[in-house]
Amino acid sequence: MSLDEIKSLLIEKFDERIIVGEETTGIQPALLIDPDRIADVCLELRDNPKTYFDFLSCLSGIDYGIEANSFGVVYHLASIPYQTQLTLKVSRENNRDLESLPSFPTISSVYRAADWHEREAFDMIGIFFEGHPDLRRILVPDDWDGYPLRKDYKTAEYYKGIKID
Amino acid sequence: MNIRNSKYSEALQRYTQKIAKASTEDMVLNMGPQHPSTHGVLRLELITDGEIVKEVIPHMGYLHRCFEKHAESLTYQQTIPFTDRMDYLASMNNSHIWSMGVERMLGIDKDIPKRIEYIRVLVCELNRIGSHLIAIGTYGIDIGAFTPFLWCFRDREHIMGMLEWASGSRMLYNYIWIGGLFYDLPVGFEERCRDFVNYFKPKLTELNQLLTDNQIFISRTAGVGVLPMDVAINYGCSGPMLRGSGLKWDLRRIDGYSVYPELDFDIPVGKGEMGSIGDCWDRYKVRVDEIAQSLKIVEQCLERLQKELKRSPDFDPRAKMPRKIIPKAQDFYIRGEGAKGELGFYFVSDGKSEIPTRVKSRGPSFCNLSVLPAIAKNVMIADLIAIIGSIDFVLGEVDR
Repeated sequence: MSLDEIKSLLIEKFDERIIVGEETTGIQPALLIDPDRIADVCLELRDNPKTYFDFLSCLSGIDYGIEANSFGVVYHLASIPYQTQLTLKVSRENNRDLESLPSFPTISSVYRAADWHEREAFDMIGIFFEGHPDLRRILVPDDWDGYPLRKDYKTAEYYKGIKID
Repeated sequence: MNIRNSKYSEALQRYTQKIAKASTEDMVLNMGPQHPSTHGVLRLELITDGEIVKEVIPHMGYLHRCFEKHAESLTYQQTIPFTDRMDYLASMNNSHIWSMGVERMLGIDKDIPKRIEYIRVLVCELNRIGSHLIAIGTYGIDIGAFTPFLWCFRDREHIMGMLEWASGSRMLYNYIWIGGLFYDLPVGFEERCRDFVNYFKPKLTELNQLLTDNQIFISRTAGVGVLPMDVAINYGCSGPMLRGSGLKWDLRRIDGYSVYPELDFDIPVGKGEMGSIGDCWDRYKVRVDEIAQSLKIVEQCLERLQKELKRSPDFDPRAKMPRKIIPKAQDFYIRGEGAKGELGFYFVSDGKSEIPTRVKSRGPSFCNLSVLPAIAKNVMIADLIAIIGSIDFVLGEVDR
């Protein structure tokens, strides 16, 4: 199924506002989806017999830089029956305050593979996933301060009173 | 910063309470991070009732080396040695997929000379054999078979020696570069490789007689840790894990990257010969069969490299290497079949700098390991060891 067909399929199922944009300049086109409804879109794309995107290849959190002040999540889906790939993106403006993280709905109920990937995005970029069953840090210790892959992250000098060289 | 009482620490509190409750009612047992059967520094927290494992909670990150952070502060070429350290048992595959991704972004992937592509596939498949030999050998030792471990390491040593001869290093090669290779193969490599293939084929039969058809091994693995296909897909399992569950899914065939479309090989899948489809024995058998298929690919590559793509004195493996690597502003996800499954890199480039804005790596072991809590429910502790071994993860790739 081509990108345009997927687009019209989604618009038919939901409404016009479900797709907020499209990126077709690179070699891999991407659909920008309304952040609040990403889980519904994934569920539809997974279960619709015309698309069957049943495999979540990758889920990446992105910090778009200090000037843009926006955060995003990129979903790479693959369909095993049709052997196709699809990129979905959501993004949202948010401040860099560590007490109010950018937040997106979880898709771990659609793809269980998203469970650990979302934990990683939370751990590294500081993106909160609403409704995630177990959103703990995954790679760095539970009491770590800050989110290491944010563009404004300053390397910690001490960890529990021990100097880091 | 105090996050103790915010909604961001709710999950942590829930987890702490669960462990506190479990330690009064059941028993909480820590397996690892130094346990030999966890294949590296993985800590598994087991909630057990006697010998029965009620729940497994994996804790990783002990080997976190900030791969993505490094990749965001170095150029594309400089990151290749770091990709080697992800899945350190199959370094060639990692750097191959990384280079392939960057070449596609630059649009030079069609200009790479055939000889270079064949050498890449040759070393990748040799490395895949080495990685699968480790998987098989350590799997044997996990459940009590000592001899296959020594045999596998003996045979892997030949591969290590050959790859050291080509690249100068035993495990972390830095051999495949963007747009080319570090050096051409040393003179006589093809002949030595052919000798190895001839030597190794009977050894594979021996290994099958010793371990695959061993009744003790079969009783320990058949019907244990069954992973149904739909669960495997939903959890994002790939590679021998997914094929063990009976799905013919190999990115070398699906995506047909590099010169794989020109090569003839089969994709082994689990058939449930000894127990049910998707059990530990099936996953083990898929790896054994894949070694035979990789040998087939190696032979075909040698055939080409010695005939129509013969070495010539004026062949320069660095001729097509770009001086400055600045891809156009775009983002790109490349996937390929590593030794453990689908290895992916996601690049975001701003079009101005030699340094990527964001790199995310999708390690196959990371996703394969995430299925462990689902398939290791209500099993015996001894069976848990068998399941862990059959997943064949490398912690360097889980933690990155």
